[in-house]
Amino acid sequence: IHFILLFSRQGKLRLQKWYMTLPDKEKKKIIREIIQIILSRNQKTSSFVDWKDLKLVYKRYASLYFCCAIEEQDNELLTLEVIHRYVELLDRYFGNVCELDIIFNFEKAYFILDEFIIGGEVQETSKRSAVKAIEDSDMLQE
Amino acid sequence: MPAPIRLRELIRTIRTARTQAEEREMIQKECAAIRSSFREEDNTYRCRNVAKLLYMHMLGYPAHFGQLECLKLIASQKFTDKRIGYLGAMLLLDERQDVHLLMTNCIKNDLNHSTQYVQGLALCTLGCMGSSEMCRDLAGEVEKLLKTSNSYLRKKAALCAVHVIRKVPELMEMFLPATKNLLNEKNHGVLHTSVVLLTEMCERSPDMLAHFRKVTQLSSSQLVPQLVRILKNLIMSGYSPEHDVSGISDPFLQVRILRLLRILGRNDDDSSEAMNDILAQVATNTETSKNVGNAILYETVLTIMDIKSESGLRVLAINILGRFLLNNDKNIRYVALTSLLKTVQTDHNAVQRHRSTIVDCLKDLDVSIKRRAMELSFALVNGNNVRGMMKELLYFLDSCEPEFKADCASGIFLAAEKYAPSKRWHIDTIMRVLTTAGSYVRDDAVPNLIQLITNSVEMHAYTVQRLYKAILGDYSQQPLVQVASWCIGEYGDLLVSGQCEEEEPIQVTEDEVLDILESVLISNMSASVTRGYALTAIMKLSTRFTCTVNRIKKVVSIYGSSIDVELQQRAVEYNALFKKYDHMRPALLERMPVMEKVTTNGPTEIVQTNGETETAVLETKPPPTGLQPASQANDLLDLLGGSDITPVIPTAPTSKPASAGGELLDLLGDLNLTGSPGSAPAPQVAQPPFLLDGLSSQPLFNDIAAGIPSITAYNKNGLKIDFTFERSNTNPSVTVITIQASNSTELDMTDFVFQAAVPKTFQLQLLSPSSSVIPAFNSGTITQVIKVLNPQKQQLRMRIKLTYNHKGSAMQDLAEVNNFPPQSWQ
Repeated sequence: IHFILLFSRQGKLRLQKWYMTLPDKEKKKIIREIIQIILSRNQKTSSFVDWKDLKLVYKRYASLYFCCAIEEQDNELLTLEVIHRYVELLDRYFGNVCELDIIFNFEKAYFILDEFIIGGEVQETSKRSAVKAIEDSDMLQE
Repeated sequence: MPAPIRLRELIRTIRTARTQAEEREMIQKECAAIRSSFREEDNTYRCRNVAKLLYMHMLGYPAHFGQLECLKLIASQKFTDKRIGYLGAMLLLDERQDVHLLMTNCIKNDLNHSTQYVQGLALCTLGCMGSSEMCRDLAGEVEKLLKTSNSYLRKKAALCAVHVIRKVPELMEMFLPATKNLLNEKNHGVLHTSVVLLTEMCERSPDMLAHFRKVTQLSSSQLVPQLVRILKNLIMSGYSPEHDVSGISDPFLQVRILRLLRILGRNDDDSSEAMNDILAQVATNTETSKNVGNAILYETVLTIMDIKSESGLRVLAINILGRFLLNNDKNIRYVALTSLLKTVQTDHNAVQRHRSTIVDCLKDLDVSIKRRAMELSFALVNGNNVRGMMKELLYFLDSCEPEFKADCASGIFLAAEKYAPSKRWHIDTIMRVLTTAGSYVRDDAVPNLIQLITNSVEMHAYTVQRLYKAILGDYSQQPLVQVASWCIGEYGDLLVSGQCEEEEPIQVTEDEVLDILESVLISNMSASVTRGYALTAIMKLSTRFTCTVNRIKKVVSIYGSSIDVELQQRAVEYNALFKKYDHMRPALLERMPVMEKVTTNGPTEIVQTNGETETAVLETKPPPTGLQPASQANDLLDLLGGSDITPVIPTAPTSKPASAGGELLDLLGDLNLTGSPGSAPAPQVAQPPFLLDGLSSQPLFNDIAAGIPSITAYNKNGLKIDFTFERSNTNPSVTVITIQASNSTELDMTDFVFQAAVPKTFQLQLLSPSSSVIPAFNSGTITQVIKVLNPQKQQLRMRIKLTYNHKGSAMQDLAEVNNFPPQSWQ
């Protein structure tokens, strides 16, 4: 995975995780472009978009779009599962997660993501383990 | 100073802003507060402030002044600080920042921290965005952690190692020993990340790959069997709540293992054989009702197709893809089409079976699916199904989005050319494309089409009639109009004589034909090139029409003062034809011969035919009054329409590349691009560079026949002309003669023009000379290339005429060249 973006239906960014280095300006441009592309797609289209030399895999959950950019050889269908797993983790942690949770607790959303994915690759396939790690870390907070 | 507001508070406040300006104001105020707080080195609230800063950063506001603060947080002992600090580092401190390296020491310390969660933070940060230097420095620590028994850390270390390898591939060796035990773990997290690590290593280094194929692991088993075993356990084991996704056990791990197997099995018979069974098992036993199952099947199919699997397995895989195609879920169809595209060359017949489903996908609403279906359809067209497929594709062309039309049109042309069942069908198809998507047809398709039409001799009347009817109503689609104009110019006589056999002949008068051509000329919609076509067409009709010659003369003379330089030049030349060289007009404007289609070895071998047939051609150039074209030979050829470069269409290779659309682009891009006769660009514009550039200095053919002796063709009054010859073994009727003219007198010869004529059975083409001045004292030469087509292998004879200025007077001489060596024409 090259990067992950979460944004609302109004095009507001809620989370951005980049697994490769780009200048800030470039990132902003990419974000704008991708949000536009995805928001303009309707229900009838597939969840995959060819973009530059990457593939964008996106899924909408309620009012939030989750978008991953993967490489040519990555499995698109599996990426949909990755997105779904992340949503499940958020749900387990927050309990019936909604967009507001992610807005007000964005740093937690990042922490959860970091327990699930490192360097663009999945690190933990067990829901239980991932959430437990976050909860234990929370305990350590003073 | 009051305590800085809490993060949530800030978020709440900002969200109440109703306008962008209001939001900006709040942010600025808060930033100022945060800045002063940073200045005061406030340790207690630093964490809170940085968190707020990160929020504002996400909204798009600059946050660079927080970078150092992140570093301080990372260095702090408090876990809360570290957490936010590392998050801030990942968001603000990528490797392009100067202070990035300052993190290294902190990370190093934290990698050795007593609390695993701190170590985890450090590993995560390093693994997400560590720079190459940092990776180099800390690789050793990572390697150590890779060997720890703590699975929480081990999995993170593995992915960190992946990142290190990506950044600094040379360090790969370092991690090799640690990989020995990785797959013995029970912990799925570690298993998964280990497989990722192994995959990365195998993908990057063929040596590693070889190593892993053969190495004996600790428990005396090789990698492939080990992976197979793990996979088998996953499938066979009962329900495991921890890793279950919709009834499937740890699909993430399954897919990664399948991918690693793919890499190990590629091009390796032994490995492939070892995994045949498990692949078959996965392919048949996986539940397909949910996306998860399909994800696994997809990966399995990819693996089967990529390794050296047995044919039964391959058929199984393609059938799975076929089933995918019928699935209602668009994502699955998308994935199926993509995979089929990759396999269509190798397993062509198997994919053919699903042709009708693929064609149905052309009607899908999703753009990406349509594109893939189109490419796949082109790949599947063959002699048997061409009529049916074309019907579908033409329908598709009609209704598809504009971005597809150009590719689709090109694809249809190519397929039609290869598999056309009859000439009439071919012409009809072309007509359909031109009228449906005329404006999207690529410019270089026009010369191809013209050549095609020329070669279908018996269809001329039919073709010109249909084209005429097509542009009667609408002459806005440029490629259509260009082809139509050219045809009308060539076959206008057939049109007015009502000779059509294939369909009901229409009654057209000469005036009506001229009407339409003039409208094209006048219309604002016509491009400059199109106008050129039209004008030349009108001119050609002067020899084919009988009653309207005066009208043609008038039109031509009007354009003698056109603003468009190209048109003006043509008009003036044509005018000159009418006035001074009327006797030559019929010969020059004669019907085009059938053009030769030649297979090409590449840009160096291009055979050209000029526009002349029976009569011997004296390639003279009537000096245009008042115009100074730089290279006169070009103008001449222009006039004759003889400089048309036969569009050379390489016979398409039998193995088509995955994306037929892409191949088309390449093919057409390779073609020599100046348009059909009559549309040659103004002489000042460079002809396709490689054509002329190659000519003067390099041998033209890749396989030059053994050296043919050169001759001195002419040697008088200090002017010497030598001929050197080249012939190709693959195309023995073409001889290329390079003439070199040298001047041994003490004064330069200027305005030198070389002209040549050959007997009837030959065809001659003269290309532009290198210059028109031969310097004195043999200090330089003029070179010029002549191409002679000698299909009947008759003895080569040539009459040459030389004109030049020397010592202030104009000189002219005629000579015959009879001493061609036999090797140049036999």
